[in-house]
Amino acid sequence: MKVEEKLALNKFNIDREVHIRVDEGKCRGCDLKPCIYACPAECYVLWADGHVTFSYEGCLECGSCRFSCDKDAIDWVNPRGGFGVCYQYG
Amino acid sequence: MMENFDAVVVGAGPAGCAAALTMARAGLNILVLERGQYVGAKNMWGGAFFGPVMSELFPDFWKEAPVERYINRHVISFMTKEDCLSVDFKSPRGDYDSAPGFIMLRAKFDRWMGGKVEEAGAIIATGLEATDFIFEGNQIRGVKVGDEEFLANVVVLADGANSLLAAKARLRGDFKAKDLKQGVKEVIRLPREVIEDRFGISGSEGVVMEFVGACTRGLPGGGFIYTNQESLSVGVVVQLSALLEKQVKVSDLIDEFKDHTSVRPLLRNGETVEYSAHLIPVSGVKMMPRLYADGILVAGDAAAMVLGTGLILEGANFAMAAGAAAGETVIRASEKKDFTASILGHYELLLKDRFVLKDLQTFRNAPHFLENPRIYNAYPELACSVMRSIFHSDGKPRSNTFNILGKAMKGKVGLWQMITDAMKARKAL
Repeated sequence: MKVEEKLALNKFNIDREVHIRVDEGKCRGCDLKPCIYACPAECYVLWADGHVTFSYEGCLECGSCRFSCDKDAIDWVNPRGGFGVCYQYG
Repeated sequence: MMENFDAVVVGAGPAGCAAALTMARAGLNILVLERGQYVGAKNMWGGAFFGPVMSELFPDFWKEAPVERYINRHVISFMTKEDCLSVDFKSPRGDYDSAPGFIMLRAKFDRWMGGKVEEAGAIIATGLEATDFIFEGNQIRGVKVGDEEFLANVVVLADGANSLLAAKARLRGDFKAKDLKQGVKEVIRLPREVIEDRFGISGSEGVVMEFVGACTRGLPGGGFIYTNQESLSVGVVVQLSALLEKQVKVSDLIDEFKDHTSVRPLLRNGETVEYSAHLIPVSGVKMMPRLYADGILVAGDAAAMVLGTGLILEGANFAMAAGAAAGETVIRASEKKDFTASILGHYELLLKDRFVLKDLQTFRNAPHFLENPRIYNAYPELACSVMRSIFHSDGKPRSNTFNILGKAMKGKVGLWQMITDAMKARKAL
């Protein structure tokens, strides 16, 4: 089962406002891309040409990515109150 | 004039709810801010709760709280890629008096607990995230939610492992990846009878299974299965820094774990209904922040009040005990009408006097001990290969068990190393 299929089972109240911003300029200079391995929701995707894209919609708000980036490229806050993941089981 | 609360509690998890409940019962005017759409929306855990704090706060709680199952069977397994060696402890009665713990799902449980907090007279405002403090000099005088301000004599900070406010209150710097474990979990639905048959339980009995070894590809951490009434909580927990260093995705690990020959049959025909993730601060006293300052107390995950020794895993229990202690401290401060650090320091004394800081002190070396890679690699391999040799029959004369052990250890771990590790275990655990 792919992660995106698992995420599709979760309930999200997705905000129009992006809560995590990734500075692509800083990101480009990073060889290891640890964010790829930090995110359990695979919100960070490494493409063949070596650049990383980020999508906030499936974010589980665990915070792992912000501890992974040593380029200070991730500006991390929670989604606005009431938005984001809404666990039904937890 | 703007309302001045006796205390604003940030976060309606176990720590925040215990604090709010304690204060509201003493007649204080309490506001709880919860960023989730409802209480429990952001919260997840492996699944079990231990200890008497619950019944101190909520006498007879098990009669009405949404307990999934009472733990009466505990299985600990060493796992290699293919094999699995388990210690299976079963204690027959699955009722409260004899049960060492309860299995619960947080969305249901936290919501129930929030209801109790409201019954006691506190206000819980959901969908509101406290983003900053109101300062009066060095004294914290409340919190801001965007442009809105909520004044209070004291703020009880219980906003979890990712507390951004703890740094803003200058209580701590950021946690480090080395001091954090990442947990992911799937809730897998199965009919109640199937769960009871597969796990050898009935009625309200429940099972906790913990796995060490190949489930994390030998990285510090482990796998777990908890039985709920009509679902299983299945997941892995791994040191975050190890994932980053070894370039391993936890999303791959949970799939490998679910597909292990010893796990797959337990999950057969189950339907995943939720996928969740969370960070756990695991380094204990070493990463603990300052617990109080002028106008503020911090409790629970935000203060790294978690104990993991491999066998014992305590988070929510500590959080609730700390929350209650924070509540008692605010009650005392309200009587004295003094909310400076000198009075709030009583909180740390209470924690030192109770099991929270005592346990964390007793097991202060456990986090470091548990970083030993042999626990997750060499020892599971060794244990399983010894068992494999003992049970193997190839028509040739057998070796005695001691020789089998000696042979199995070759290349994996030295005798001296094993003795040293055992001594360290004795000290740390």
